[in-house]
Amino acid sequence: MSETTLNSELLEHEEKKSLESREFGFWVYLMTDAVIFALLFASYVVLSKNSAAGPTSKDLFDLGHTAGETVLLLLSSLTFGVATIAMTSDHAGRVVLWLFITLLLGLGFLAMEMLEFYGMIAQGAGPGTSGFLSAFFTLVGTHGLHVAFGAIGICVMIGQVMIKGLTLPVRSRLVRLGLFWHFLDIVWIGIFSVVYLPGVM
Amino acid sequence: MDHSAERSLSTYLTGFALAVVLTAIPFALVWGGLLTGPAVYAVIAVAAVLQVIVHLVFFLHMDFKSTPGENLFFLGFAAVLICIMVGGSLWIMMDLHHRMM
Repeated sequence: MSETTLNSELLEHEEKKSLESREFGFWVYLMTDAVIFALLFASYVVLSKNSAAGPTSKDLFDLGHTAGETVLLLLSSLTFGVATIAMTSDHAGRVVLWLFITLLLGLGFLAMEMLEFYGMIAQGAGPGTSGFLSAFFTLVGTHGLHVAFGAIGICVMIGQVMIKGLTLPVRSRLVRLGLFWHFLDIVWIGIFSVVYLPGVM
Repeated sequence: MDHSAERSLSTYLTGFALAVVLTAIPFALVWGGLLTGPAVYAVIAVAAVLQVIVHLVFFLHMDFKSTPGENLFFLGFAAVLICIMVGGSLWIMMDLHHRMM
């Protein structure tokens, strides 16, 4: 009897340790992702004036649209935070609710970005038009792709919380998804500060 | 448990409020055309760096006490790599651009 409790204690301890190392591994992944984004930013800055006599950033960017995207993404970071708080106080229902709100905000952001891309391509300002636009679509598109994967992650975690409940591995995955989501918001700060704001000046 | 939940909610809300202010300042400056020239770029850069720090502290909960040392080390390492690669690339390309003019 005492041996089984000892074993289960040992198991729990090992599980915690393994989850901690996964969190560290995820952090390392995020940092490498930050390096990728930083280099995409560098390419964009180098190419941003090379519009090949095509449309320039001033013709294409709409600051109101960017402000709307910023609001959606920032709000979604806050709602993910509220979901994390609900997790620490063991309210599975509230976790699902706030994750769902986060998902809607994220999808709203993606819809706005798709609309922007579609409008640009319809104007003949697709990624093949100039160096500026290639760099723009690569940088902003990579961020959008990350948000899309984050949205898939949120769907998966909503399912896991509903089916498995707030078990230790589910909590750990939720924390890691939260890191990813907040990280994407940090990249977006770079995008509006480097791409959109200087672009319209 | 509930007490700490309240505290962390206020942490998120503080971070959110700071982020909104730090976003509004550069947007308002550019939108209203209140400043021109290099001053605007300086304000945008400072607001962006401050906002990244706000996000790291209030949303990712990084600090020098509870965050594991390895995580901070990797953050610093990534920052150094980014400075070398981005700074170096921009230096070379700007210099090249300058010489080609």
